[in-house]
Amino acid sequence: MMDAYWLPVIFIGLMGLSVLIYAILDGYDLGVGILLPMGEADEAQRDTMIASIGPFWDANETWLVLAVGIMLIAFPAAHSIVLYHLYIPVAIMLIGLIMRGVAFDFRAKAAVDHKLAWDRTFKAGSILTTLAQGYMLGLYVMGFEGGVTTHLFGLLSGLGVTAAYSYIGAAWLVMKTEHQLQQRAVTWAKLTGRFCLVGVIAVSIVNPLVNPGVFDRWFDFPLVMFVLLIPALCFTAFLFNDFLLGRLPKSDDRHCWVPFCLVMLIFLLCFSALGFSFFPDVVPGQMDVWEAASAPESLSVILIGALIVVPVILAYTAFSYWVFRGKATSLNYH
Amino acid sequence: MLDALMLSRIQFAANISFHILFPTITIAMCWFLVFFKVRHDMTGNPVWMRAYRFWVKVFALSFAIGVVSGITMSFQFGTNWPGYMETVGNIAGPLLGYEVLTAFFLEATFLGIMLFGIKRVPNKVHTLATVLVAVGTSLSAFWILALDSWMQTPTGFEMRDGVAFPTDWVAIVFNPSFPYRLTHMLIASGLTASFFIAGISAYRILKGDVKKAPRLTLKISLLVAAVLAPTQALVGDFHGLNTLEHQPAKIAAIEGIWHTEKGAPLLLFALPDEETKTNKYAIGIPKLASLILTHELDGELKGLNEFENEHPPVAPVFWSFRVMVGLGLLMLALSWFGSYHMVRKGKMPNWMLKVLVATTFSGWVATLAGWYVTEIGRQPWLVTGVLRTEDAVTTLPASNVAFSLALYLIVYTFLLIAYIHTVFLMARKAIKEEEFETNEPQPDGNLTNINNPQDTAEGSAKA
Repeated sequence: MMDAYWLPVIFIGLMGLSVLIYAILDGYDLGVGILLPMGEADEAQRDTMIASIGPFWDANETWLVLAVGIMLIAFPAAHSIVLYHLYIPVAIMLIGLIMRGVAFDFRAKAAVDHKLAWDRTFKAGSILTTLAQGYMLGLYVMGFEGGVTTHLFGLLSGLGVTAAYSYIGAAWLVMKTEHQLQQRAVTWAKLTGRFCLVGVIAVSIVNPLVNPGVFDRWFDFPLVMFVLLIPALCFTAFLFNDFLLGRLPKSDDRHCWVPFCLVMLIFLLCFSALGFSFFPDVVPGQMDVWEAASAPESLSVILIGALIVVPVILAYTAFSYWVFRGKATSLNYH
Repeated sequence: MLDALMLSRIQFAANISFHILFPTITIAMCWFLVFFKVRHDMTGNPVWMRAYRFWVKVFALSFAIGVVSGITMSFQFGTNWPGYMETVGNIAGPLLGYEVLTAFFLEATFLGIMLFGIKRVPNKVHTLATVLVAVGTSLSAFWILALDSWMQTPTGFEMRDGVAFPTDWVAIVFNPSFPYRLTHMLIASGLTASFFIAGISAYRILKGDVKKAPRLTLKISLLVAAVLAPTQALVGDFHGLNTLEHQPAKIAAIEGIWHTEKGAPLLLFALPDEETKTNKYAIGIPKLASLILTHELDGELKGLNEFENEHPPVAPVFWSFRVMVGLGLLMLALSWFGSYHMVRKGKMPNWMLKVLVATTFSGWVATLAGWYVTEIGRQPWLVTGVLRTEDAVTTLPASNVAFSLALYLIVYTFLLIAYIHTVFLMARKAIKEEEFETNEPQPDGNLTNINNPQDTAEGSAKA
């Protein structure tokens, strides 16, 4: 049956797309939160940094709900297994997301003497969320095997994702801010970019070593010639970005948007590499998309809606970014 | 020691109770904001913009807490109730999916433009963004209530090997209890937002705010409540009749009827006792329950004895119902009395203002009580006749659930205190804000005084 074969494939594609968009979009705003400088003199910069993500963070977070939603809807069996293993980190991530989200609004509305406390909450929430997400990614890659190695790898992955989100957050700030803060962001981007590269290399080495299936897939001749383009491109993007950041900011603020695009490219490449490693498994080594999928009659009814609605969502998301284009200014409610 | 089932139930109840507080405010408040904005666009009177500017900040705060607590909800199904999605996922999934696709993105994206875009887009686009956020919040209510109603009165599906498969999506969405429950909830949101706006406006007046805006919002919110409160009583009655038809055990628990009887009294007070299956200290009005529910004095109402081991715990349903109805009647009286004063005299006595401040969050209590009636009243079923709550729960060790529950409870308690504190703080700040009555609004809808330094500014040092 065509439906039973293709629908799960389409939905794993949609889910992958949501995860990727989530990692990029909420990645940069979590990254901004992680980078928030907490010094006495930094308040104005904190204001600008938070203003740069103000109109977007809520919609960015919705991609996570969509990704989890698709897993829940399309792959309920996988959803149960994954969330069973990730129960505690999920709870911690949710607490982090709650802290981050409310601190954003409270900081502007609470009494002046509480503002610093809310800024700290914002930063802590961003870090907690990111570490939890990275840890979960690590456990997922390890196929939820128990043991010390898995948890260590989870911790490593947590640090890697923290570096990655900081990297994209710093690149966002290079694009959206100016003057001193922009120069600071350039420094942050260079530093976090190097950490991120180390993290990516570490995961790339560990992943095929612990998952024999992944090793075979990557080093399967003649495909190897083609797929090794992914890490090669990724490495080039890192190098080029590092080189470019060394020359920013340029006069007239030329190329300030290039680092963000390069980091997006890096995210896309890393994500494709992960996808290539595991497809068609939805739980690595345990369950593939066809075993996990729900009934075709349910999938097709959502697919129709998704095909109509997702382009509309992308269109008005683009509209929102266009409305708030240019450098971030302080956000005033009318 | 509580087991994973009980802990998961407490956790779900805590999460959803905390979450629903905020959508209950924002669903209706956004329509209030649309009204303020449209009135401003039509009349050019800056007082509407001031009302909008104050309430949009409260809205933003409430919305943010609603969003983040909602994300928690979206994980709950998978983390604690895997049996739910495994059994009815084919039906619940698409309904939740459509909520995310049609509502969440719409409201989240246009919220950015609504909150921060007024100077960046033409005024009409800003008004449209406000309308789209309001549409988004209401659409979200539509989908989630469709799902909840389907769990109460499931139709349009067939069971194959213990799993529900959809056969008729129209019957699934528009299941028998859905129209009543959706209307009941939307009006509940209207009443909650009305009393919230009235309470905070009254607080500002009591604290010495001499401006027009709080008086205007006080009057409008009370008038809206005066219309909605009696409508709610009527809708509630229809909802009750619908429940009697489809979930008679819930009605028996609500009315505290242990044994099937004719001419059942309407109990005003009683202590239902599960052990002896009787009510202690019952005070009731003879035959009234039968009259209300069957429209006959001697109408027969089925008792809990007909649903041995299939009926919900009686006391919480019985009492939640009385709290809800009691608050509903109080809101009716207050809104009529207050509207009378505001319309006839343009002001109201101080004691009445104090009463309104005291009832600022009465809608929260009534809404929660109502949800407890309907959700506890569905027990022991998770999906009526299809899936029992105990069969859907996770196999996780209880200690994991206890850990997450403790985390949530700490965070929620803290946030609730911070929220209420901050809302009243914002009201006090608004009193000090100066108004520039002389400034004319500009054609693009911007006010010349938007940059006045007293403004609370998002993301700026001035806050």
